[in-house]
Amino acid sequence: MGRTMASAIIASHSASEAREGEICKVRVDFAFANDITTPPAAASFAEMGAERVFDRERCAVLPDHFTPNRDIASAEQAKRGREFALSQGMLYWEVGRVGVEHAFLPESGYILPGDVVVGADSHTCTGGALGAFATGMGSTDLAAAWALGETWLKVPPTIRVRFEGERPQWITGKDMILSLLGRIGVQGARYMALEFAGDALASLPVDDRFTIANMAVEAGAKAGLFPPDDAALSYAKSRAKRPFEPVWPDKDAPYLRTEVFDVGAMSPVAALPHSPDNVRPVRECGSPRIDQVFIGSCTNGRLEDIAAAARIMKGRRVADGVRCIVIPASYEVYNRAMDLGYLRVFTDAGAVVCTPTCGPCLGGHTGVLAAGERCVSTSNRNFTGRMGSPKSEVILASPLTAAASAIAGRLTDPRDVEA
Amino acid sequence: MEKLLMGRAWVFGDDVDTDLIIPARRLVSGDESVLGRYCMEDADPEFAARVSPGDIIVAGENFGCGSSREHAPLAIRGAGCSCVIASSFARIFFRNAINTGLPIFECPEAAASAREGDEIEVDPAAGVIVNRRSGGTYPVAPFPPFLQELVRRGGLAPYVREELARRRQA
Ligand code: SF4
Repeated sequence: MGRTMASAIIASHSASEAREGEICKVRVDFAFANDITTPPAAASFAEMGAERVFDRERCAVLPDHFTPNRDIASAEQAKRGREFALSQGMLYWEVGRVGVEHAFLPESGYILPGDVVVGADSHTCTGGALGAFATGMGSTDLAAAWALGETWLKVPPTIRVRFEGERPQWITGKDMILSLLGRIGVQGARYMALEFAGDALASLPVDDRFTIANMAVEAGAKAGLFPPDDAALSYAKSRAKRPFEPVWPDKDAPYLRTEVFDVGAMSPVAALPHSPDNVRPVRECGSPRIDQVFIGSCTNGRLEDIAAAARIMKGRRVADGVRCIVIPASYEVYNRAMDLGYLRVFTDAGAVVCTPTCGPCLGGHTGVLAAGERCVSTSNRNFTGRMGSPKSEVILASPLTAAASAIAGRLTDPRDVEA
Repeated sequence: MEKLLMGRAWVFGDDVDTDLIIPARRLVSGDESVLGRYCMEDADPEFAARVSPGDIIVAGENFGCGSSREHAPLAIRGAGCSCVIASSFARIFFRNAINTGLPIFECPEAAASAREGDEIEVDPAAGVIVNRRSGGTYPVAPFPPFLQELVRRGGLAPYVREELARRRQA
């Protein structure tokens, strides 16, 4: 019997058969942690009696969550991570040269098609956009991967998701993944992998695929995989820091089931508080008033996202009483957005532009919400208290919807602003 | 791992996420006793103050969904809880609990029948959960052999330590 993409990649990195349900020891191509997860990983690493990471070019620390540091405690935490990275001589980038890990690593050629990647952060699944089996783990698992160059994985069953039809210009990768979440729910793919297919993918920008793969974990999935096509391969080739071997699923691969979406019939959607699967068409949400808009994060802080938001904002003003915070997810994105004039579009509109950081996405800093406030955010989670006060509310949407909402001061379908 | 776990049930619903278990704003410490003070604070601000040593968190499906933070099982341990019983666990939380030594039991029947405050007893060696109020007895399915082996060796750190020693010899 053929193999799904998940099982094929695991098999290529393991001595075992890697059939579904089997627990395999798997070779790891890249392993990373951030400013929050590195200190506990470093402590576990020491407890394991490990001295050196298995390969200094394949192990990385990225300070991105509470950086540039918001207070003394976060500065101490980042310092412990920095000291560990420097003492190991492993990959490390300082604030000013890094970005949100899941945007920075693939764009810098460290996560590549056919790879097995583990990260001490749940959105590690973002790397699936390029055809890597990339999955999030905790700090102790990550420390084990740093020490051994190996991890254990249970080969997951796979749900296939087909996006068919011609994508209207106001439908983004975010609307596609939110539509999937609305249908299958936050437990819909628990312990499983998602594999994406369908003719709508050919014209879907790589940036939008990152958005879709990023939120696979919101359905509980271990990984969200795009079989690499020419666009993904040329993206990876032009950036790769090392050789790689892409892997594809077999034609007769066994899928648990297939979910089909007609992208041509989709409307812009939003996830209402307090769950990413509480999804409805934006026009059916009753236009709630908002206090803040956040455009950024590892979900939607890439160039396509910033360009989409700038397209809506150009020549318009953020509504009175609304704060709009734009955070490119990396310096590559920041600099391109500067060169292309997008950053000026935002500041002319009365928005804030910040340096790359996770910042408000997890209620860290640069845009924390007060009790009673409501935010439209392009990030991936709207759990209670995610962006600040447990009495605040977060609505998840695409960069187009977020920008349209900033201008209207209410949750707004982008088609209603562009008109 | 083999001793009897006993305590009162604190019952939560489905999809208890890691931001509820320990909010992101508290993630500037990795010390379990510090994290324990904020455990479940956005779900129940009184939880950490009122929980007694040995008490048990009982929840529905998908417990621990959300972020990869190992701080979540640590906060539960730091609050004094002896274990978590749920209908099912989110994948990363499941790994983190095993790695950090927080006992977890997947048992939909025991989870569904528990009410707030019930006295619950878990015998991990026998794989049995007993609800003292209702008298209900519920078997727990054992872990797959590889995970049993991890638990037997005391978690992931001792396993890696042995593996590294083996490699140094080779
Ligand atoms: S941007 Fe948000 S979701 Fe992404 S890594 Fe940072 S905190 Fe996590």
